[in-house]
Amino acid sequence: MRRPKAIVLHAAGTNRDPDACVALGLAGADPEIVHVNQLRSGERRLTDYRLLVIPGGFSYADALGAGRIFALDLASYFADEVAEFVASGKPVIGICNGFQVLVKAGILPGFGIGGRRLATLARNDNGRFECRWSTLLAPSSTCVWTRSLPGPLACPIAHGEGRFVVDAEATLEKLRSAGQIALVYGDDDGRPANGEYPANPNGSVADVAGICNPAGNVLGLMPHPENNVVVRARDGEARRERTRACLALWRNGVEHAKEL
Amino acid sequence: MEVTTDVYRFIVRPKERPGGRRRHEACPLAADARALGLSSVRAIERAALYFVRGTMAPKELCLLGRFLFSDPLVEDCSWSRVGDEEPDEAAAPGDDGGDDGGDDGDAMRRVEAHLVETALRPGVTDPVADEAMRAAAELGVAGVEAVSSGEAFFIHGDGLSDEELSLLAERLLCNAVIQRWAVGAIEPAWPDEAAGSGAVERFELAAMDDEALLALSAERRAALDLAEMAAIRGYYRREGRACTDAEFETIAQTWSEHCVHKTFKARIEVRADGEAAAPYPPVVDNLLKSYIKRATDEIAAPWVLSAFVDNAGVIEFDGKHELSFKVETHNHPSAVEPFGGANTGVGGVIRDVMGVSARPIAATDVLCFGPPDASPEDLPVASLHPRRVASGVIAGVQDYGNKMGVPTVNGGIHYDPGYAANPLVYCGCAGIAPRGRHPRSQAAGDRVVVLGGRTGRDGLRGATFSSMVMDSSTGELSGASVQIGAPIVQKKVSEALVLARDAGLYTAVTDCGAGGLSSAVGEMAAELGADVDLAHAPLKYPGLAPWEIWLSEAQERMVVAVPPDRLDELRSICSGLDVELTDLGRFSGDRRLVVRYDGAVVIDLDCGFLHAGPPQRSLVASPPKDGPADGERKAAEPTASVARATAPSSGEALLAILAHPAVRSREATVRLYDHEVQGATMLGPYAGLKADGPQDAAVLRPRESRGQVAVSLSNGFNHRYGAADPYRMAVSALDEAVRNAVAVGADPDRIAVLDNFCLGDPTVPETMWTLLEAARGCYDAATAHRTPFISGKDSFNNAYLAPDGRRVSVPPSLLISAIGIVPDAGAVPGSDLKAPGDRLYLVGTMEPSFGGSVYADLYGVPDGAAPGVPAASPGAPMAYRALHRAIAAGLVRACHDLSDGGLATALAEMCLGGRLGAKATAPGDGLVAAALFGETNGCLVVEVADTAAAEFERIMAGIECRRIGETDGGGRLELVAGDEGFAVALDDLAVAFGGTRSER
Repeated sequence: MRRPKAIVLHAAGTNRDPDACVALGLAGADPEIVHVNQLRSGERRLTDYRLLVIPGGFSYADALGAGRIFALDLASYFADEVAEFVASGKPVIGICNGFQVLVKAGILPGFGIGGRRLATLARNDNGRFECRWSTLLAPSSTCVWTRSLPGPLACPIAHGEGRFVVDAEATLEKLRSAGQIALVYGDDDGRPANGEYPANPNGSVADVAGICNPAGNVLGLMPHPENNVVVRARDGEARRERTRACLALWRNGVEHAKEL
Repeated sequence: MEVTTDVYRFIVRPKERPGGRRRHEACPLAADARALGLSSVRAIERAALYFVRGTMAPKELCLLGRFLFSDPLVEDCSWSRVGDEEPDEAAAPGDDGGDDGGDDGDAMRRVEAHLVETALRPGVTDPVADEAMRAAAELGVAGVEAVSSGEAFFIHGDGLSDEELSLLAERLLCNAVIQRWAVGAIEPAWPDEAAGSGAVERFELAAMDDEALLALSAERRAALDLAEMAAIRGYYRREGRACTDAEFETIAQTWSEHCVHKTFKARIEVRADGEAAAPYPPVVDNLLKSYIKRATDEIAAPWVLSAFVDNAGVIEFDGKHELSFKVETHNHPSAVEPFGGANTGVGGVIRDVMGVSARPIAATDVLCFGPPDASPEDLPVASLHPRRVASGVIAGVQDYGNKMGVPTVNGGIHYDPGYAANPLVYCGCAGIAPRGRHPRSQAAGDRVVVLGGRTGRDGLRGATFSSMVMDSSTGELSGASVQIGAPIVQKKVSEALVLARDAGLYTAVTDCGAGGLSSAVGEMAAELGADVDLAHAPLKYPGLAPWEIWLSEAQERMVVAVPPDRLDELRSICSGLDVELTDLGRFSGDRRLVVRYDGAVVIDLDCGFLHAGPPQRSLVASPPKDGPADGERKAAEPTASVARATAPSSGEALLAILAHPAVRSREATVRLYDHEVQGATMLGPYAGLKADGPQDAAVLRPRESRGQVAVSLSNGFNHRYGAADPYRMAVSALDEAVRNAVAVGADPDRIAVLDNFCLGDPTVPETMWTLLEAARGCYDAATAHRTPFISGKDSFNNAYLAPDGRRVSVPPSLLISAIGIVPDAGAVPGSDLKAPGDRLYLVGTMEPSFGGSVYADLYGVPDGAAPGVPAASPGAPMAYRALHRAIAAGLVRACHDLSDGGLATALAEMCLGGRLGAKATAPGDGLVAAALFGETNGCLVVEVADTAAAEFERIMAGIECRRIGETDGGGRLELVAGDEGFAVALDDLAVAFGGTRSER
């Protein structure tokens, strides 16, 4: 199959959309940045694409909480189209602000009763926005994006509201048992961070950095795998492996889009 | 107007965390409160406040509270009608049943706390409220008329009096310039909906005597002197009519120091004798031409595409693209309102880069504050505490860069008592654009079009405000000078401009900065003239007089010249991105600047008169009578008073230097900035095994870049040198900026620099002497390194007039910022050591001295050591070029320059970065402290693998380059100097340096 078309959704304040395009391009997709207004006007249609990215940034300046208004946009204008896209099994990835949008729009974790929110992304434990490199481990086999990665990933994080919170232990158990915990923060040596700062940079419960829906085609994560897709010559071999793992994640998504 | 609707108050509080382990954000504020002397403050919790005016059903209120304003999983939201005694019980938690048993304790805890609330003053830009309005409509809550936001603070502490709470509100929680506060619940306030005003005031300037002229200048805070006022009077005598308020304000702004650089272009009479006078003619006519531009002209680098002409300097990048770079200061606004001042400083410099049709790719920030531990009694009257200034400024930088999606990748933080009343905030931005696509071809008939934000009273008279000396009433009087940024609005404008550039829709572009439309339209129309009508300008709120609209420094606006037949296409791009576009009028071709309000002429000025500028200023420069320090500034000598009598051991000194405010890790601040967005950051501010080794410069490979070519950004700054010797400060700052660039692989023949001076009152002859010396240093260093200046900016009157008449000015401060071309991003070494068993070399001629050094700040100048500021290193230009060849050949594994704290400090930082040990012998046969900690120009330490050593030495032949040791896996830095040897463990280095890895 030719390069699958990927839609990278842009709202006012989205800023890592071109970064996602670089990663998608390297991974074999044909990405296009599409403004929410273009979808609303019918100039572009979600069904014409095989992969959806909700990229990072500060949509609507984070007013009223990160991702809240972008999520409202999705729910108000495109609820059916997005639901259909997800149900069709096409790959979806929400990164950082995009993860917040997916959670606040109720698309992740993708189960629950009566619209009650079971998980959210709250202010970082230390109350600050923080940008640093993190190590990610991929324990799940459910998620199409993180399946059989070659090893841990190295990604920068850049967020102030990335602490993954659940309403109750039962939700966490449910996520675990369904293989929905797609990515967890690890330490330099590739072991789970165990809540230790700065390996777990924001105080997320169970070191959760990313989750997927029960079907595994929708991944939301706080760190930025799109910002580590080019091997840096000055890095040692171990670090290069972790860069290749980021690219492998993108390839997984793109390959899945091709298979559908 | 009668208001028949209700106002509801929503308060959103973070839920108590299970186990109550940390109340986030509580502790830093409480620590700040204790630093103010309120020792009984235990904790401060913050909550968000929203006031909503309108007609809403209970269900709609619930929707707003539970869905829009709060996240029920982690926040509690309650609401009530303003004016009702008790909170609306119906609004109490309940319908989702999700609240656990912690609520009672919660309530108890909050009852005990004291409450202080703040809200924005009506009319201050409130982006949160704007988004809330839009979202409410999207949710289907149609009855919302207005929203405003605020903050509540729950203060825990025993026996806090109302006086103490007021102090806390005034000094810490609220900034009266943009906010109101109350102990207890605050009353909401709304912008005054007064009727529109076309009011124009007229001054009979032609008839005024000198005294009346000066009185008018002072009354309207125009900062014009008598000669300038007299020139204006002459104009109106010739025109034979009165001067309108809008005209007067336009002239004051166009002729301000900020806009025309009167000091740099002044005629300077040099009054000095003997050796001091030798380098100068009796009169220096125009410093900018005589020193800064002259260096650029003499170097005549073919890759400099634009210097001192456009909003930013421009250099060639990779054959297809050009890079632009600009650094500005936003000192005065940041002193009054740190967050807004720094925020709009970043926004403003990003617009400079947008103003050369570029896409912003990186931001830089160099910040100078008073000591964070200053006791409140020692501070200048009415100035904010340095902690408060620092946290506000840093938050402002963070907010704008992060939200614009521009990585903040290089900078610095410097502390000195001289910055307590006058903090310095240098903001920089680099951009990239296709080559030759920036048009400068506006023609008569083109439309005058404004893109972006709406106009309010924000920042009126900012250009003239920044040209004045501050005093204890400045904060109060200049409240209107503070702008508030809306980075997302600017991001949209930036996106629209790039599309418009690629489609060739405009013939010229410039940003609305200081002076607002007056400056932007005025400059663009300088040769053509323009005819515009301000009644078309979209306003944030009604009631603005024409001169206010014309001069407003409302942010996030760009002015473009658009041929009439391209306007529709531009409109369609803008509407697709939700960018507001306003057609104000046309470029006329008759060289008159005509501004109307609803047809009535409020300005009609001859462009020739306006842009010929004010009469040249005459100033005097003379060296201080008693020593080299700036004459204005005897109170704040380098802090030698804290110098210890007894010299420490070398190991102790090394740890103390690593922990010194000039050296210690800035990681905790740097990590607040997104330095990775855009995915171009090849080398960030910190790198190495644990990402905590400080780097000399940032390296970016923009996504447009062809092949491996990249760009470096670095800076040189040392105010301690400035206080002791401004000439050598300039020489050292330029050498450091270039040295830092070379360390990361930039080609020394492809580095350009910017100069940013911050000094006191230029009418003080000693201040002018400082400037003269520094400018000469700039020329000498730039020509020696063959590094051209491409842009610069100067900021004067960074002085504070204390109530007792004492003038306190900043230490002479010169920032040199460098942009360099790195031919191969793959060869960037970084400062962190890479492998054990490698060789360490010292490149360059080390001439250690102690004037302004970190060591001297701690312990004084050691007996027998050189007491001066480091001099120029004549061998450096050759050494840097040789080293560059070695780096480009891939022979260098790590490279770090010697700066604050000397050789031992550089080695310690390299070990720390790579978590590797090293053994090294400091060169020199004399003084141990000089060899280890003396500061010098022109030197770097490099790590070279054994196998590459022969080739490295061959390339460095003829350059002073000596092998000083090797790396090892031993976990400590072992140093030998003279007859002394010592070792320090890596862990101790890390703790002293204080990165975030040692934080919990």
